[in-house]
Amino acid sequence: SARVMPTQERKLFSSTLFHKIFKAHTSLSLKKCKGCLYKISTSMVEKGTSLLKMMEISVAEAEKRTGKNAVNMQETYTVYLIETRPVDAASEGTNPVPDSLWRRYSEFELLRNYLLVTYPFSVVPPLPEKRAEFVWHKLSADNMDPDFVERRRVGLENFLLRVASHPDLSSDKIFYSFLTEENGWKETVFETGFQAKADSRLKALNATFRVKNPDKRFAEMKHYGDELQSVISQLLRVRARAADRLYGVYKVHGNYGRVFSEWSAIEKEMGDGLQSAGHHMDAYAASVDDILEEEEHYADQLKEYLFYADALRAVCRKHELTQYELEMAAQDLTSKKQQREELATGTIRTFSLKGMTSKLFGQETPEQREAKVKMLETQIEEGEELVKERNTECEEFVKSAWVDIERFKEQKDHDLREALISYAIMQISMCKKGIQVWNNAKECFSKM
Amino acid sequence: MLRLLSQQLRLNERDLHASVFGPGKDSKTDTSTTQTDGSSFNASMQTSPASMINQYKFEEEEEDADTKDIFVTVDNPESHVTAIETYITYRVETKTTRSEFDSSEFEVRRRYQDFLWLKGRLEEAHPTLIVHPLPEKFVMKGMVERFNEDFIETRRRALHKFLNKIAEHPIFSSSEDFKIFLTAGSGELTSHKKQGPGFLSRMGETVKAVAAAVRGVRNRPQEFTDMQEYAEAFSQKISSLDKVTQRIVREQKEYLEELKECGPTYALWSQSEQELAEPLKNVAGCVDNCCKETEEQVKHLNDHLIPVLHEYVLCADTLKAVLRRRDNIQADFEGKTEALATKKADRDAMRDELDKAEDRLEWANNALKTDWTRWQKVMRTDLRSAFIDTAERNVSYYEKCLAVWESFLQSQRTDAEGNGNVDSS
Repeated sequence: SARVMPTQERKLFSSTLFHKIFKAHTSLSLKKCKGCLYKISTSMVEKGTSLLKMMEISVAEAEKRTGKNAVNMQETYTVYLIETRPVDAASEGTNPVPDSLWRRYSEFELLRNYLLVTYPFSVVPPLPEKRAEFVWHKLSADNMDPDFVERRRVGLENFLLRVASHPDLSSDKIFYSFLTEENGWKETVFETGFQAKADSRLKALNATFRVKNPDKRFAEMKHYGDELQSVISQLLRVRARAADRLYGVYKVHGNYGRVFSEWSAIEKEMGDGLQSAGHHMDAYAASVDDILEEEEHYADQLKEYLFYADALRAVCRKHELTQYELEMAAQDLTSKKQQREELATGTIRTFSLKGMTSKLFGQETPEQREAKVKMLETQIEEGEELVKERNTECEEFVKSAWVDIERFKEQKDHDLREALISYAIMQISMCKKGIQVWNNAKECFSKM
Repeated sequence: MLRLLSQQLRLNERDLHASVFGPGKDSKTDTSTTQTDGSSFNASMQTSPASMINQYKFEEEEEDADTKDIFVTVDNPESHVTAIETYITYRVETKTTRSEFDSSEFEVRRRYQDFLWLKGRLEEAHPTLIVHPLPEKFVMKGMVERFNEDFIETRRRALHKFLNKIAEHPIFSSSEDFKIFLTAGSGELTSHKKQGPGFLSRMGETVKAVAAAVRGVRNRPQEFTDMQEYAEAFSQKISSLDKVTQRIVREQKEYLEELKECGPTYALWSQSEQELAEPLKNVAGCVDNCCKETEEQVKHLNDHLIPVLHEYVLCADTLKAVLRRRDNIQADFEGKTEALATKKADRDAMRDELDKAEDRLEWANNALKTDWTRWQKVMRTDLRSAFIDTAERNVSYYEKCLAVWESFLQSQRTDAEGNGNVDSS
């Protein structure tokens, strides 16, 4: 079964694959996504082991394809063009053609699932939503809708950039080949055998279990994840409804345009003023489309952290699982030790079926008892090894997870603050447009 | 010019008050106007002395604001409860320097019925002049109580506008009924109301009007047909504007309902955060401030633009009514012309009647044409200033919201500088 790559191996990968490793703290510049104002600023990266320093990554285009699916039925789906280019090339001014390949959403999902299983202690960046949610009436919930596809393209690019700037995830081989090897990538992923681990983990995670000594920090973090998810959901809902209403307000003003125009036809002196005022009312009504499109980007930024909350909770749950497995191992060890004690002293303190049956059906021979003790001894030895292993696993998990959680917290605080600022900027822009339109209208009215 | 004429009219009114059917004196004006025979005044015009004036033609001058010599206010609504009914009275205060008023200040209380009476009198006296509309009797939508505060306030404002429009009108403001309305004690007003044409003669007039309406007008001059078309079109447009504005108010209110939930959500979020708590609380505050501004903007729309548009919807109906009445007067004249041609007996009496009808028609046409032009000017001024006002208010709304968000940005910049980070925003 696949294991998490031990630390040494990962470091080796880094140095052989990427010979330029920046050791200094670097604050990465804002990356502006093509054609929109959505900025992501990748937060400070420790030790500079970030793929983003080596290559430029972008999801440049989206295209519709048709093909036969698994059950041999015709389907239409969208593919996204991933472009990569070494960072140096652009700065040298040669500007070579980037390498590129096409991927569909399901492949992104596969990549993410692989990362989730392989780096359970990392807060793995989320994908953009599978289906459009928190829509307001104008937006189509249809996955084929061009606006939805465009926003998804941006979201996918964002996902890749986040992974590429993550201290642990960015040096993953599978991730690298996702970006560079079009064919056979899927097979490579499956070869890692991560799915088997995924299945067992998934089963364990879905089962309800109680940890005896929960780590307070993780419990708090999980609670925070719950709260974050709840409040961002609420905010997105409320915002969508408000956007819907605002759309109505602006659009009704378009009727002023129509009526002013009609009215101007029957007036002499008032005609010109009314007519031109009407044009401004039309402009006002039309302006809401751009305003709300910009707000959608803000909503997308919030959505990313809505999904991040889920990733955070996943780490906490995985920690719980690790903790639980440790406790189970310890518990098992204790019971085995007790059994040995009982056999040695002949007292039965713990209930065991074997014990009961032997009581009912007669005592066992000393040879039998001897054999049992020996077996228990072996089991206890193994048990102790297991407990030690799990303990180490737990400790390492806690250490790695906590580092990433701290990194995540900083990134979240920074990004969300930027998002709020950009929201304010949007509001200001909207107000400025309003001032301009109504001042123009006022001038026209004065000429009535 | 207009004022001088008005003063002349008032003087004449006083002279004529005693003799309802007396001949009208010649107006001493410098403009040459068509003189009609002062003795042949129409019996149906016996209601108000002002109508005894055989002719007037007023110039299309703008009245100076400086020369305004009468100021009327309507305020202070009060509820009155009697055994039979409950009703509201309004205080009507008048300040004037006009000589025909016995004093310079008057204060009376009037109820809606009294305003209705005044309007009726003015319409009767001047069937083809445009009387500014009164607020409606009832509000049909929903179960709006007559004594609801908003309703009373809206009505008060409309009544105030009504009286001021009357005061600004060159003919109406010199109406005796108007003067009595402004100055008489309640007992005096009641007794004055009882005067005027008896029930039977009023009935006679109504029958005549109906007959004329049924007969229909044959040769309506083109200019009046044009006016009719204009009135129809104007009515449609202004009704549309009224509806559109009401819809905007509705949508704004619904937007406000949703927006009101945003602030508290940001505030709730801030409770789970540490570093983000401050900016989130700040944003919550900004959203709440914008809510307040939106609320005030909606209120302004409701209190200012909508009443004006509504008034002009009613005005459009008045225009149509005035044109109908003119048509009736013409129909009456046409009917009498026909009668004279066909009947053999009573030719002298009928010729007399015909002359009176002709005078009435000419007088009505001139009055209408002049007042129409005047009305259009006033309409243009009123609507223009209402729209300008609305535009200014909207600018102010956006300016205030802008300031709210800029202060947020400012706070974040100073915060960032304080923490040693430099944000590119």
